[in-house]
Amino acid sequence: MSTRTLQLWRGDASGGELVGYEIEAETGMVVLDAVLAIQRSQAKDLAVRWNCKAAKCGSCSAEINGRPRLMCKTRLDHLPEHEPITVEPLKAFPVIRDLVTDVSWNYEVNKRIPPFTPRRDVEWSIGQDDVDRMSEFRKCIECFLCQDVCHILRDHHLHQSYFGPRFLVRIASLEMHPLDTADRTGLVTDEGGLGLCNITKCCSEVCPESIHITDNAIIPLKERVVDRRYDPLIKLLRRRRRR
Amino acid sequence: MASIERHDYDVVVIGAGGAGLRAAIAAAEEGARTALVCKSLLGKAHTVMAEGGVAAALGNVAPDDNWRVHFQDTMFGGKYLNNWHMAELHAKEAPDRVRELEQWGGVFDRTPDRKMSQRAFGGHTHRRLVHIGDRTGLELLRTLQDKAVHSGIDVFMECTITRLLKEGERVCGAVGYRRADGNFVTFGSGALVLATGGAGKCWRITSNSWECTGDGYGLAFGAGADLIDMEFVQFHPTGMVWPPGVVGLLVTEAVRGEGGILRNSTGERFMERYDPKRLELSTRDVVARAIFTEVKEGRGSPHGGVFLDVSHLPADTVRRKLPSMYDQFMELAGVDITRGPMEVGPTCHYFMGGIRVNAETGASSVPGLFATGECSGGMNGANRLGGNSLSDLLVFGRRAGQGAAHDAADRGAPQLDDAQIEDAIGEMTRYRSGPGTEDPYALHAELQATMQSDVGIFRDEAGLSDAVEHLDGLARRAASVRAAVAKREYNPGWHLCRDLQNMLIVSRAVARAALLRHESRGAHSRLDFPAYDDYWSEHNVVVCKDGDGVRLEPQPVPKTRDLIPLVEQRKEAERT
Repeated sequence: MSTRTLQLWRGDASGGELVGYEIEAETGMVVLDAVLAIQRSQAKDLAVRWNCKAAKCGSCSAEINGRPRLMCKTRLDHLPEHEPITVEPLKAFPVIRDLVTDVSWNYEVNKRIPPFTPRRDVEWSIGQDDVDRMSEFRKCIECFLCQDVCHILRDHHLHQSYFGPRFLVRIASLEMHPLDTADRTGLVTDEGGLGLCNITKCCSEVCPESIHITDNAIIPLKERVVDRRYDPLIKLLRRRRRR
Repeated sequence: MASIERHDYDVVVIGAGGAGLRAAIAAAEEGARTALVCKSLLGKAHTVMAEGGVAAALGNVAPDDNWRVHFQDTMFGGKYLNNWHMAELHAKEAPDRVRELEQWGGVFDRTPDRKMSQRAFGGHTHRRLVHIGDRTGLELLRTLQDKAVHSGIDVFMECTITRLLKEGERVCGAVGYRRADGNFVTFGSGALVLATGGAGKCWRITSNSWECTGDGYGLAFGAGADLIDMEFVQFHPTGMVWPPGVVGLLVTEAVRGEGGILRNSTGERFMERYDPKRLELSTRDVVARAIFTEVKEGRGSPHGGVFLDVSHLPADTVRRKLPSMYDQFMELAGVDITRGPMEVGPTCHYFMGGIRVNAETGASSVPGLFATGECSGGMNGANRLGGNSLSDLLVFGRRAGQGAAHDAADRGAPQLDDAQIEDAIGEMTRYRSGPGTEDPYALHAELQATMQSDVGIFRDEAGLSDAVEHLDGLARRAASVRAAVAKREYNPGWHLCRDLQNMLIVSRAVARAALLRHESRGAHSRLDFPAYDDYWSEHNVVVCKDGDGVRLEPQPVPKTRDLIPLVEQRKEAERT
């Protein structure tokens, strides 16, 4: 047992500040345990979002010592021992209260992505290699840490013209389904703002599921857009077809 | 009531785990204007914790598999207390429901001939579980979520329902609050579907999230619906007991399969006394009873479990055969299981019991009210087989959505009764600014301590009687519970005040049903009645509302004449 200090951001849309709490840290305690212990005993109205506590639902996202992380997966004893631990809400989204932010924008973006549209009247035959490729993207637990860290959303606030890494991953998983027929390359370029991503790979670094967001989803999507939209031969064919 | 937000729908579904999503999709497909209301964000429900797979007799890997064998396995697993027709529909329809998921974009592991692969699991005769790695629940939830988003369903996220509204005998709507701002909201419904999951949060050690507070059981019971099989709560014998962050997290049975040894605090290999022949590889109920006894008699580990040790095996073997257990204990407990023992104990896992429903439509005993998924009862009897929960929610989620849509058809917007709404809002307001002095966190901790010690995996008359008495006292105190801070906005202390009432309804139902069932069967083990009983083998315990009180009625297990040969065939096979 040792005493640890947590600096939790308390406040709402009108403003707030870091407030210090001391807890007796048991070995192996994760940040979410500490936050919930503070909630039970010292700050009974402390707002925090969490569910599974097993890194499977992506609810307890926060910025711990300035870094976007899951509270349930971050052990206290893996953080610097003699410094207070700061826990703040995600910065790319508006604060509701304390550690809870309004992430509803993400759900609105998702609605704009055309759903899986399978071929009709074909035998449903898929290989394990296809499954493995899509599976990396489908591991996503929608914690939105990638959205939070992405400078296009976090610093430039371009929520109106960019979908963010999470939904580029989602589009990639649909585009790579061997039986899907919808074409989302227009959407991802125009509304999705794919061109805004300049491949800094911050999203990949914070992903708790270790999805290679930039290398395996965003870059292939960029290549696909180039192939479909800017290939001179295809451009010519498309113009012909229109006539 | 003019100032309160009101919405009218044909069908309102409460709960957005797999069952609620599947019900909403089905209702919308039937043409019903449909709302989906959930306590958390969409896609965060406890369904994500299901790992192993969806049970469906596709026969992709085992050509001999068919619905009859799946039905028999389910009945045997449930110790023949299952609703026979539900078990039949489940086994027959699961394959179509899984194929449908694929059509909606679900991605599952394949066989070499490019079909869905199926894996073996406890209690299933054949390899039957469709899966994707060990995250099948997430795949299922995400697939249903994306289907629902494009089905014209309105979703009300982070909105907690606190009361069902009635027009005469019929449920016609609900009252709730929005978690973000604490504002109240009312729904008028042609029909309403409960899909709120289980109530693991009544126990201290559980794999369940904060959401699993038995809201559906509480709401339905409050509206006069019957509950069934509430004494059957599934515990897994080996969950982590330490450190605090991972209490209840499952430790796979493969640890014992690879040669893991269970020891008590004196170093004794105690299974030699309980089952000298099979030792650690005895059945789950026996192992759990043994662990329970060791702890209760003072031979437990420092954190209230027993020791499970694989350190006598070559380190390479452990890392190769048990990689996720090795990582789990290394990362979260700081224990190198190749060098030292794990601490393990039983963890609360799943509710077999729940709201009593019509097998075909999911209709409860109250008109206008339907239920599906873990919050409904009957399908799983006294014990659930792994993999049957995901198939259960697909099959009966769809049926409940359809049942509700048909029931709601051609009904106009209901007249909501102001007095009922005012009463529901009054209750919530009292929890913020009433005269009460009880702390919800403290009461919750007491409730969990009682359920953990007296209504756990092993029970007896004395413990259960104490629990009933203690729970009655907690219920009286819970009437004057109040949040420490009166804030309306995202105030978890305030929210817990209401959740606590549901947990008390559930806990009292479980304790009383457990007290009544004088036998041991499936997940219900009575130390004072250790054997099967002929009378109880034919009866479910039904929990009914009786004025302001509770009435428990043993009722005959619902059977289906045509299925008798299949059941008898299986019973005969087990005897020989």
